[in-house]
Amino acid sequence: MQNALQIVYLIPLLPLIGFLINGLGRKHLSKSLIGLIGSGVILASFVLSIWVFLQVKGGNTHIAHYFNFIKVGDLTIPFAFQIDQLSSVFLLIITGVGFLIHVYSTSYMHEEKTEHFGRYFAYLNLFVFSMLLLVMGANYVILFIGWEGVGLCSYLLIGYWFKKPEYNKAANKAFIMNRIGDLAFLIAIFWIITRAGSVNFNDVFAVAKGEVEFRAFKPVDITVVTLLLFIGATGKSAQIPLYTWLPDAMAGPTPVSALIHAATMVTAGIYMIARSNILYSMSAVTMNVVAYVGLATALLAATIALKQNDIKKVLAYSTVSQLGFMFLALGTGNYVAAVFHVMTHAFFKALLFLGSGSVIHAMGGEQDIRNMGGLSKKLTITYVTFLIGCIAISGIPPFSGFFSKDAILLSAFEHNKILYGIALFTAMLTAFYMFRLLFITFSGKFRGTQEQEHHLHESPAAITIPLIILAVLSIVGGFVGVPEALLHGGDRLGEFLAPVIAPAKHASPVSHNTEYGLMALSSILVIIMIIFAWFKFRNYRRSEATGFGKVLENKWYVDELYDKIIVNPLHKFGGFLKSVIEKSVIDGLVNGVGKAVNYGSRQLRLLQSGQAGSYVLLMVLSMLLVFVVQFFLRK
Amino acid sequence: MIPVLLILLPLLTGLVTFFIKDEKTARSWALLASIATLAVSLLGLTVMNDATHLAHKAQWLQTIGSSFSVKVDGMGQLLCLLTAISFPLIFLSTWHSNYKKANNFFALMLLGQAGLMGVFVAMDALLFYFFWELALIPMYFLASQWGGEKRIKATFKFFIYTFVGSVLMLIGILYLQSKTPDHSFALQSFYNLSLPKGTQNWVFWLFFVAFAIKMPVWPFHTWQPDAYEQSPTATTMVLSGIMVKMGLLGVIRWLMPVLPVASYQNGDMVMSMAVVGIVYASLIAIRSDDIKRLIAYSSIAHIGLMCMALFAENKSGMQGVMIQMFNHGINIIGLWIMVEVIERQYGTRKLSELGGLAQKAPVMAIFFVIVALANIALPLTNAFAGEFLMFNSLLSAKTSYLYAILFTVFAGLGIILAAVYTLNMIRKIFFGELTALTANAQDIKLNEKLVMGIIVILVFWFGVYPQALLNITDELSQVLVNKMEISHLLRKQ
Amino acid sequence: MPINYYIFLSIALFAIGIVGVLTRRNAIIIFMCIELMLNAVNLLLVAFSKMHHAANAAVNATAGSDGQLFVFFIMVVAAAEVSVGLAIIVMMYRNIHSVDVNFLNRLKH
Repeated sequence: MQNALQIVYLIPLLPLIGFLINGLGRKHLSKSLIGLIGSGVILASFVLSIWVFLQVKGGNTHIAHYFNFIKVGDLTIPFAFQIDQLSSVFLLIITGVGFLIHVYSTSYMHEEKTEHFGRYFAYLNLFVFSMLLLVMGANYVILFIGWEGVGLCSYLLIGYWFKKPEYNKAANKAFIMNRIGDLAFLIAIFWIITRAGSVNFNDVFAVAKGEVEFRAFKPVDITVVTLLLFIGATGKSAQIPLYTWLPDAMAGPTPVSALIHAATMVTAGIYMIARSNILYSMSAVTMNVVAYVGLATALLAATIALKQNDIKKVLAYSTVSQLGFMFLALGTGNYVAAVFHVMTHAFFKALLFLGSGSVIHAMGGEQDIRNMGGLSKKLTITYVTFLIGCIAISGIPPFSGFFSKDAILLSAFEHNKILYGIALFTAMLTAFYMFRLLFITFSGKFRGTQEQEHHLHESPAAITIPLIILAVLSIVGGFVGVPEALLHGGDRLGEFLAPVIAPAKHASPVSHNTEYGLMALSSILVIIMIIFAWFKFRNYRRSEATGFGKVLENKWYVDELYDKIIVNPLHKFGGFLKSVIEKSVIDGLVNGVGKAVNYGSRQLRLLQSGQAGSYVLLMVLSMLLVFVVQFFLRK
Repeated sequence: MIPVLLILLPLLTGLVTFFIKDEKTARSWALLASIATLAVSLLGLTVMNDATHLAHKAQWLQTIGSSFSVKVDGMGQLLCLLTAISFPLIFLSTWHSNYKKANNFFALMLLGQAGLMGVFVAMDALLFYFFWELALIPMYFLASQWGGEKRIKATFKFFIYTFVGSVLMLIGILYLQSKTPDHSFALQSFYNLSLPKGTQNWVFWLFFVAFAIKMPVWPFHTWQPDAYEQSPTATTMVLSGIMVKMGLLGVIRWLMPVLPVASYQNGDMVMSMAVVGIVYASLIAIRSDDIKRLIAYSSIAHIGLMCMALFAENKSGMQGVMIQMFNHGINIIGLWIMVEVIERQYGTRKLSELGGLAQKAPVMAIFFVIVALANIALPLTNAFAGEFLMFNSLLSAKTSYLYAILFTVFAGLGIILAAVYTLNMIRKIFFGELTALTANAQDIKLNEKLVMGIIVILVFWFGVYPQALLNITDELSQVLVNKMEISHLLRKQ
Repeated sequence: MPINYYIFLSIALFAIGIVGVLTRRNAIIIFMCIELMLNAVNLLLVAFSKMHHAANAAVNATAGSDGQLFVFFIMVVAAAEVSVGLAIIVMMYRNIHSVDVNFLNRLKH
């Protein structure tokens, strides 16, 4: 059984092969073959990942070194994969959820032309490939390759329907926002190189721990590096201030949103910080920044989600908010809780997105929930699974979201009571906006057109089966991390990850009774919010948002603010450089030299009068001058 | 043997081309000749990769201390390979372009290639200068005879600009020669010079201005967008893909090791100029509507980064620049080929008049996107390794710590801005709705597919395994970096 | 005779020549004045050559001969110049029926 770790390269290679086949053969293959290849390679990777996971569970970790990617002087960057507890968990999430999304897509995208269908699956496979590269890399550079790779794939998929200019703009925005983060990430890598002389995780962490002679991180280095890495993470994982691309990324097809939000891409930042937990734990400053930025993002996104009317936008902001929770967990030192929440979130957010896709599919492309309502009768499976997803994300026991969110809240409570208070409030908001979405969509009367009502139908099996599987996972997924207070030895995820992530240090450990109290408090508050939402939105009638609601509906005008203070001034400055500095100043100077020469020669030309006499006179005078200089002035 | 062939082959075939009257024959002949040159260059990389084959020395102007001394070193290998690959690609991709007096066009192209090869292999200052001018003159005629509407003005500017630089460099070369004990133009004699600090400083600027104009570094760049815009695209490819590397090579081979102290002292100044250029050119590129000008400005930004990395004076930067010279050449030629196709098909280069091409020409869209993304150094494309190493060198540059950080951050802005203008360009050309001009668009033809296929293969090959290139330049860059070890140089003074 | 006399004579001749060239407009007279200047130089060369020979005759029998050689050169050149110059003047007269040099300002244009 040892050989599972010998062939780990197949895990990313298979999706890459799928990408190549589908990409190159998109005009020649049939749709079913494309779907089969696209999903098949991911399934194969998933099976391999399970095998690898079992190996790792048995205690085998492995660093597979393939070739030297870059070797310059003392700096060696190998192309190597690191298979350990952390990466194996992520492998399962990515390939598992990714596979379901692929299966779902075969049906969801079926109306596309074969050529574009192939292109779509090629992109999806490439996306999974990049993400796998990201989590499997044994050093920061391979991680970065995957990191930029997912950025590229998100760009391609968001702009998948390339005829619409606004979609392409959203795609550009995603890529550029990510690049801002990537720059910080890159600088962090260079900083690490100057201090540690290597980018391999193990070497860097060894230097950080002071186990390597002649090389050391100063505390300020650690802070700078971790902060820069964190800025990178805010780009990829959509945190303040770089989060605005994620809601716009809804321009892509719905399964893509599921892929971006659940299995890949946005979890990259969490993964990277969890991977670098040794560095982060050494810098209190960074930890605080991470915690507060995470919390602020969670709160901000949750408030925006309250007033959104696009089914996918609500889910998008809920993702931003949930990611904020994960960063809160990271910032409070509970990395396991963050990974745990990544996992449960992957289940229920994939479920919710795919569910919303099913709704959109049934509604014939309609995304505005104000035009929906009463869908529960026609779309039963979708409704039930969507409900499960909402319960899970709200954190009602014993659904998966409860355990992971509880771990985060507990960690915040131990850290700082104010953090806890705000986090709890945000969790309540989460329950409220999710159930608002659920009730507006599925309860009450249908508010769409007659034609839409006529076409309402439950989606085919390729769509519902993934939903059901994800629903089951959303229910049971939390049992791998039952808190110690409820079940002795219940936190199996934490134990499993212990070799890579040191167990959280409890600043002020709380008693089991307090823990029970907190659980009860959050559960009760959440249920109250749900009931509140039930009364408010059970029979929703459309109304215009006013006052503060309008601010929320317009997302706090953050996009407009960015346009005003960054984009437009830069644009104007570019124009100024182009039309003034370049044309008048620099080129003016250059042309000025030319003009001066031109002018000078025109003046000198006047000497050439054509009068032979004047030439001779000048000649004689100049000879005289030469004589005078030669014989009287020079010594 | 190899370097002599590399120069003679294009030179002689080029001269012959003048007399081939039939256009088709001239075209095929030029293509064949360039492929033969490529074969020689590949031979030099593989079978005949040893000192006896790669160097040649013959007597030439013995009385003034100059000899015909040529050698292909690591950097020479890469640049000769780039030149050798580029010309067949250029000829193939412009197979359907019509030129009046085609034989003269191809002859001048080949003569230009001979000059470029000479610049890359010359190990004697006078020879270097000779080839430097030899490469310039055909380019001038190409641009002024076959260029766009405003070609006369643009090429005149280009010529005067570079000529001023050349003259300054000639003064510098002559001065250095007069200072060598044996009054020799040989590179090695120049390397053995150790001039006092003050002298180094002013000689440095003589050389640097010449190279800075060629690269071009801000603020010596204004000839470049005009020249790129007005030249026929085949010439633009040579200018931007290969010719700008002459300036970088000049700095690497003829400036920094010869005047190490001045290079070190003026490093901050040069890096500041380059970093201003990066941000400046990127911002202008964002506002450019003409594709050719956009790519021209993006090229200024990229070259600026290379110039910065050189003056960081460490191995990472040196290696990064050397492989980047190659990769940038490949990518930008790929971009120009696409621009050429667009211009030929639709008669415009204005972004505002294009759109929706991805619907009509998907293959072109794919190729364009790949080379455009390679140009902004996406990982696993060829430019990534080079840019990574160059940025890495900036942070550990031989300057004050604060400067190093500032340089890295501001040069890094270039990465973001590059993404902005590149993606905007892609969006405006390929995405969105069709326009009046693009409604009847066709996809690219077989020859263009072939060329772009080769370029894409190179892009990914050297993207996944950049070490293949790094190995070639490893030894040379180590030697050069050792030569510039400034600490002991300063102590000696 | 002291060398000074020769010098003064040739300066005088040369000055007359210059003034003639500068002030006259008739091409033929200018031409003659140029000849005058050339001969002033010739005279000087011969005079110096003689003086040189007298001073160094003991050491070198041929001392000073190079000056006289030069004179021959100048004479040959002057002869060539006369033939070309007069031809030009003749052509000029044929074309514009005048030998006034001030009419020859077409180069300006």
